[in-house]
Amino acid sequence: MTDDENKAVRSLTNIAQSIYDQIDSGRIPKMTLPLRTKGNIRFDPKHGVFKYGKATGARSAKKVNGALMLLRTMYVLEFIEDMIANSKSSTLREMYYISEGWEKAKFSSQDESNLLAEDLEIVTACMREDLKLRAEENGASIIGDITISEMDRKGRLKKINCRDDVGDSGYGIPNNVEREKVQLLGTNAKFVIAVETGGMFDRLVENGFDEKFDAVLVHLKGQPARSTRRMIKRLNEELKLPVVVFTDGDPWSFRIFASVAYGAIKTAHISEYLATPTAEFVGITASDITNYKLPTDRLTDVDVRALHAELKDPRFADEYWRGEIETMLKLNKKAEQQALAKYGLDFVTDKYLPEKLNNMGVLR
Amino acid sequence: MASIADELAKKQKEISVSEFFERNRHILGFDSQVKSLIMGIKEAVDNSIDACEEADILPEITVMIERIEKDEFRVTVEDNGPGIVKKAIPNVFGRLLYGSRFHAVRQSRGQQGIGISATVMYGQITTGKPATVISKTGKEDVAWRMDIMVNTKKNLPDVLKEDPFIWDGKEHGTKITYHMNGRYVGGKQSVMEYLKQTAIVNPHSRIAFVDPDGKRTTFERATEKMPPATKEIKPHPSGLELGTLMNMSKETRNKTLGKFLQLDFSRISDRLAKEICEKADLSMNANPAKLNLEELKRLLAAIGAVKIMAPPTDCLSPIGVNLIKKGLRNVLDEVRPEFYAPPVTRDPKVHSGNPFLVEVGIVYGGGLPKDSPVQILRFANRVPLLYQQGACVVTKAIESTDWRRYGLEQRGGSGIPFGPAIILVHVASTKVPFTSEAKEAIANLPEIQSEIELALRICGRSLKTHLNKKETKSKTRVKFEIVQEILPLIALKSAKIVGKPVPKLSGSITKIMNVVWIDDSVSYEKKHHRVRVSIYNYTPQSQKFNLHMVIPPGSFDYKGLQFFPSEVRDDGKVSWELPKIASTERLDINFSLNGLNKEDYDENEIYASGINPVLIIGAEPLPGDWDVKGMQITESEEAPVQEEEDEEVDYDESKEALNDD
Repeated sequence: MTDDENKAVRSLTNIAQSIYDQIDSGRIPKMTLPLRTKGNIRFDPKHGVFKYGKATGARSAKKVNGALMLLRTMYVLEFIEDMIANSKSSTLREMYYISEGWEKAKFSSQDESNLLAEDLEIVTACMREDLKLRAEENGASIIGDITISEMDRKGRLKKINCRDDVGDSGYGIPNNVEREKVQLLGTNAKFVIAVETGGMFDRLVENGFDEKFDAVLVHLKGQPARSTRRMIKRLNEELKLPVVVFTDGDPWSFRIFASVAYGAIKTAHISEYLATPTAEFVGITASDITNYKLPTDRLTDVDVRALHAELKDPRFADEYWRGEIETMLKLNKKAEQQALAKYGLDFVTDKYLPEKLNNMGVLR
Repeated sequence: MASIADELAKKQKEISVSEFFERNRHILGFDSQVKSLIMGIKEAVDNSIDACEEADILPEITVMIERIEKDEFRVTVEDNGPGIVKKAIPNVFGRLLYGSRFHAVRQSRGQQGIGISATVMYGQITTGKPATVISKTGKEDVAWRMDIMVNTKKNLPDVLKEDPFIWDGKEHGTKITYHMNGRYVGGKQSVMEYLKQTAIVNPHSRIAFVDPDGKRTTFERATEKMPPATKEIKPHPSGLELGTLMNMSKETRNKTLGKFLQLDFSRISDRLAKEICEKADLSMNANPAKLNLEELKRLLAAIGAVKIMAPPTDCLSPIGVNLIKKGLRNVLDEVRPEFYAPPVTRDPKVHSGNPFLVEVGIVYGGGLPKDSPVQILRFANRVPLLYQQGACVVTKAIESTDWRRYGLEQRGGSGIPFGPAIILVHVASTKVPFTSEAKEAIANLPEIQSEIELALRICGRSLKTHLNKKETKSKTRVKFEIVQEILPLIALKSAKIVGKPVPKLSGSITKIMNVVWIDDSVSYEKKHHRVRVSIYNYTPQSQKFNLHMVIPPGSFDYKGLQFFPSEVRDDGKVSWELPKIASTERLDINFSLNGLNKEDYDENEIYASGINPVLIIGAEPLPGDWDVKGMQITESEEAPVQEEEDEEVDYDESKEALNDD
């Protein structure tokens, strides 16, 4: 057993011990956890990211939901300890299906089992990889002049240049992007541009944006997976590449940017591993909608509610974001990245991005 | 030169009643194709049941509808009633306003004698075909078959054909067959619904129905007992109108005013007649037929000025609490309602000289639709009212009751409530005040409305009690699942992971529950009710208290008891002095009830004494008027153990903003 595995088993057993002791001393068993709500994320000046604050909640056997989650926790503990003992690992989805055999403790949805896995990360202070749980979500892809080496399934190191050695879909970011698996060897690029949608990513690739402007293109695929965010962070920290984020102009895209730059609410316990505090937002901004006279859609009720929720989100509590959100509410409009095609297929790479990036000082 | 008046007089001629109704058929309810079909059957079935009851025969009625052409139907209604003597058959079926009940003051379904002849008339108007009537009385050997039409000009029957014949296997009864244009539909206003509702309020009837597709539905009878026969009474003087008084005084057989008042009205005694005459300044010996208008007016005023007892009420025939329940059950069993509120039969009251009474029943839950307005079943003298719901006093009374108090949804506390419920209202009277001749809605009289409202509220309260009980139980049942199923598993697993023996649960369990929980059930098999009462002591202390139940008197079975009751009283009150139950222990009491029908007992009524009521769930505190003789009452002094109130946020209920996308 490795040190990490030892630590994981110790922490897991501690959880069970605590539950056991509470029952044995005649109390109602409970677990105390930091509240994973937007009201309980605080800026951590040391890392420049948002992390959980001090508010805690109890998962108690007093209520059926709590009691069931505690029971599931016991099953999951046992399951993880077994995997560690037998050098196995499973995906989160596999764990969800394995719970089919847990009768009363069976998960009612995969959301529930995913949440519990994150709860355990928080309580044990171990990453889920240490708990032998893998996400089945695959990271997205990268195209650009960086050279990496990846340990393949046969244990050999493969050297890959993410511009020259890959096809049109780019280098696929693996689930595990930690140093033992992926090493960043070098780059000639000047910056990283993370793109929300596949359509725009392909447009930049086809227009040769990466070569023309010495850019590394990262496809976010919507709300980015942990490995994608971790990869962006490493490109930023280790290769010293500035990061910009290019998304649609709607409330949901603001949240995508926030999870890349500030940390996601759901994974705020590991924001310092995942978030890139220096990342900047290119657009589509609310003012782009008017400045570029973009084709738009009206905001739906859900959109409006999301924007109002963002006004209460500590991550957006600065002048820039407040302005963006309020402008969008006032316009009552949103626009997609691909709306730029109104001015032709090359407009985004010839005009929009160079203009914006120049203003931001990313292109000299 | 003939005057204009003479000219006009030439055109003016008498219009016969039948002619009038022929032109105004909507007055009788024949105003649409769908409705006409229902109305015809309703008139025939009402007559059949009335006839059977008058002859003290349990009704057996068969209704058959056959499709002849697209819009033409042949309808047959057959009963096992006393039959009609040959002489009377043509008038009963072929003449409007011919009936035995028009002048009688008693509760009956038909009143004016219009219905069945109007049906014959409507059939002949729409199809040109006569009605065929077969009838046989018990005395005669032969039955008579007649083809009858209404002569609308004269309001007299035309008999087209009459034959005597032997009605095989039929002792007595009547069968009418007529043709009618109409439209056959299902749903809330349909023949099927009408017959179903008729079966509910006439549980002594057996009603079979064959629809146009040949499908047969039978509503079996739920009781073999005939409703008590209704008595005929004399008109009650209160609410009397001048015109009626004039007619009665002209037609009376009594030669003196004193006798006329005493014998032609109910509730007027010799003394009272004297008082009225004095007040009216008329002689007791005056000839009533010779009173002039002025004198009659004085007489009426005098009648209004004296105090007269309410009319006798034995002329009314309520369905009765038990039979309402039986009737509802019999017909609704397929939707498995979870609760039948004990029906309410109010004491008779009077509206303008006519006795009336109100009965209400509520059915709740089970397969009844949850998100629609409650279903209202309206009945007048045991006849379902399917139309004009909005105009009916029953609907008014339901709408003006605040149902939110009784557990149904109702926006703003008025209007028809929403929820899985059926509300049944029956108004019985010697004269039901309908809004029109079609007898579709009961007029909005304040006396009637307030009686209905009172009955609704009583029924509503039982419903609320039931719903409250259910809610407390389900809340506790949830906790029960925690301590009985989930917690033991948590203990088992945690012990396995840390490699220690399974810990004792009693401490955690009593902290989670901290109540004595009583769970009970009733089942019925092989003519016995089996009752189980399980008592779980989930408090940290041991508990000793007394348990009390109310069962139908005389049904308690002493055989095979584990715990003998300390007292079984004649009125059905049963008490147990329970042994001490240790913390987290359970005690079961099982017993049987004998000799009851299934519907006589379906919910346990459980009370507890000698224990702090807040500690008990599933039993009510013993009411003060229970009168526990010889049983030791020790009111427990201990305060309930306060629940450990930690102000911690529930982790699993605060994940609102967990999603970033």
